[in-house]
Amino acid sequence: MSVYLPRPFVVDAVERETADTVTLVIRPQSGLAPAMKAGQFAMLSAFGTGEVPISVSRIARDRLHHTIRHVGEATRALTALKTGDSLGFRGPFGTAWPLAAAVGKDLLVLAGGLGLAPLRPVLDYVMNHRDRFARVSVLYGTREVSQVLFGRDHKAWRSLMSLRMTVDHDVRQPDCAPWSGQVGVITKLIPKATYDAQNTVAMVCGPEIMMRFSARDLEASGIERANIHVSLERNMKCAVGLCGHCQLSNFLVCRDGAVLSYDRVAPLLTVREL
Amino acid sequence: MSNRRHILNADAFDQLFDALRDAGYTTVGPTLHDGAIVYDALTCAADLPVGWIDVQEAGRYAVQDTGSGRYFDYTVGPHTWKRFLRPPREPLFEAIRSGAGVAFHAAAAPEETYALMGVRACDLAALGVLDAVLTGQTYVDTRYATRRSRAFVVAVQCARAGNTCFCVSMNTGPRASAGFDLALTELKDAGRHVFVVEVGSPRGATIAAALGLRDSTEEDWAAARAVSAATAANMGRQLDTTGLVSLLQQEAENPLWNDIAQRCLACANCTMVCPTCFCTTVEIDSDLEQTRASHTQVSDSCFHASFTQMHGGPPVRDTTSARYRQWLTHKLSTWHDQFGHSGCVGCGRCVTWCPVGIDLTAEAARLRASHEERA
Ligand SMILES: Cc1cc2nc3c(=O)[nH]c(=O)nc-3n(C[C@H](O)[C@H](O)[C@H](O)COP(=O)(O)OP(=O)(O)OC[C@H]3O[C@@H](n4cnc5c(N)ncnc54)[C@H](O)[C@@H]3O)c2cc1C
Ligand code: SF4
Ligand code: SF4
Ligand code: FES
Repeated sequence: MSVYLPRPFVVDAVERETADTVTLVIRPQSGLAPAMKAGQFAMLSAFGTGEVPISVSRIARDRLHHTIRHVGEATRALTALKTGDSLGFRGPFGTAWPLAAAVGKDLLVLAGGLGLAPLRPVLDYVMNHRDRFARVSVLYGTREVSQVLFGRDHKAWRSLMSLRMTVDHDVRQPDCAPWSGQVGVITKLIPKATYDAQNTVAMVCGPEIMMRFSARDLEASGIERANIHVSLERNMKCAVGLCGHCQLSNFLVCRDGAVLSYDRVAPLLTVREL
Repeated sequence: MSNRRHILNADAFDQLFDALRDAGYTTVGPTLHDGAIVYDALTCAADLPVGWIDVQEAGRYAVQDTGSGRYFDYTVGPHTWKRFLRPPREPLFEAIRSGAGVAFHAAAAPEETYALMGVRACDLAALGVLDAVLTGQTYVDTRYATRRSRAFVVAVQCARAGNTCFCVSMNTGPRASAGFDLALTELKDAGRHVFVVEVGSPRGATIAAALGLRDSTEEDWAAARAVSAATAANMGRQLDTTGLVSLLQQEAENPLWNDIAQRCLACANCTMVCPTCFCTTVEIDSDLEQTRASHTQVSDSCFHASFTQMHGGPPVRDTTSARYRQWLTHKLSTWHDQFGHSGCVGCGRCVTWCPVGIDLTAEAARLRASHEERA
């Protein structure tokens, strides 16, 4: 069987998140949904357009959620899908967030923008197994209030963990309550979180520059590099280590990542155009 | 497995072509076309560039007729064996839509069964490199694996090194000792014109048996080894690989990359002629009714801007400097980390076929010198 052959999936529901972002709830046209782990991704394709890597944003018993932002050709077609439409699915691929390594410790989750989507399965896991972790803090930054994702989950999250949010710009929506969170970059939230740096696992996902500065500040606060995890993004055509596109120096991000510990990638993130 | 060595008279060389044809193989190998020695279908020994040699230098390639009557005195040209085992265009699958449903149909399995005639030691090593990438990881490129496992390899032990060859530095040649079905060393002097035939596999033994060859003598074998020793002593280029893996990664921000980029045209010639470059992208063609879409794998190059495209910004490797750094560093350094061995086998093609004559052995040496100066 060719590793390139997608499996036909069907859209079960479409959840609109923001003006440009939707969550597709999908299931196989026949058979069982593959077992996915938090942090893994799949190659999704709408008919006639390219396959693109999209992380799993919720792992239900027989359904997978993928939260997709329309930024170009392939994501336009994917975000235009309606309930009942078909799509291609290959996966799961890549490494997972190290949940087991965080058990018994403080967990620090830092998300920038759409980076909250690949981390939501981590928060789902915490909701179901809250007793396995010590303190759990979520720091979440977006460009503006209208970009905030998964608002419907926030109340539940706040009941079991600390959730702090910040926006780059406080653009008030006419029909919205005044913004109660912070304004400014996400790294400003780090000093506000309570954690024991010697006994913390941090998971960071967002634009590369956000991950770089966040990881730097987390390290400065005393967390060892090996306990800080980031999820890297590179152009991917195959997701199976065969096309060469996702190279970052000595890593094939699709094979060795996308989730990688900061001790392995820190020197690579400061070299331009690597 | 038999390690027996035989003698094949050059005037009976056609019998090997016949035996391969009878065994169901399509023989491909070197042939003269438009002033270059390329790989194409061969029906008999006369299709080989008999008596021709190639003259190679950084950015230069020419062929000359020497009238020697020898079959294999050239080295490697612009083609590589991947054009047969992993063609530049490969069908992946077709998506067929009916109503809201979709079905994906895998492309038919490849049918070709090739005999590769005249595979040099460097190129045999390159096949090993491709095997590790395309068949040695968790996920396997089944089309390549199918063609590769069927392919019959007739190696040729080089009697002449080209001016851009450096297989000795890369420890890949000039003598192939394994990985072939049959290996030929051509011996020609006033008295005789023969091939010493080494058998490297049971499949090779079957074909050798069909030829009814006589055994070689110790003297024949000594003569064959002397050919390789002489070739090894005549390498056109060399590359010091000591410590190169970490050295190149440490030199990621050396200004020399910008200096090379002043000359590099980012034309991707080096990646096209390299026998180990494996990168691909996917093209999609759909019909007007939007009911069928075919996905095709096509060769790609890290020199193309689209290779590292990300939405809403420049590609990750936007400058020629960053792209050349990726190419050279991947070949000589990061390939080791990714796959456990070098991505360069020292065939010299990228040096010869670079339109501006950029020589990776010289550039690696300059980076080493600059590194050591600061150390
Ligand atoms: C591991 C991983 C997980 C991801 N998870 C998500 C997710 O959960 N939700 C989501 O909306 N997006 C996610 N992305 C980004 C998403 O893959 C890109 O937005 C998408 O590839 C853009 O394709 P396009 O055709 O719409 O854009 P175009 O700009 O038209 O794409 C042109 C080319 O660039 C590639 N490309 C463009 N942007 C990116 C990018 N950011 N990363 C990788 N390749 C890119 C495309 O694949 C295509 O080959 C993820 C990326 C990676 C690597
Ligand atoms: S990098 Fe150049 S010399 Fe090395 S294998 Fe490729 S083409 Fe040959
Ligand atoms: S050098 Fe470039 S084209 Fe060749 S294998 Fe490496 S990334 Fe691919
Ligand atoms: S996406 Fe093809 S090698 Fe990683």
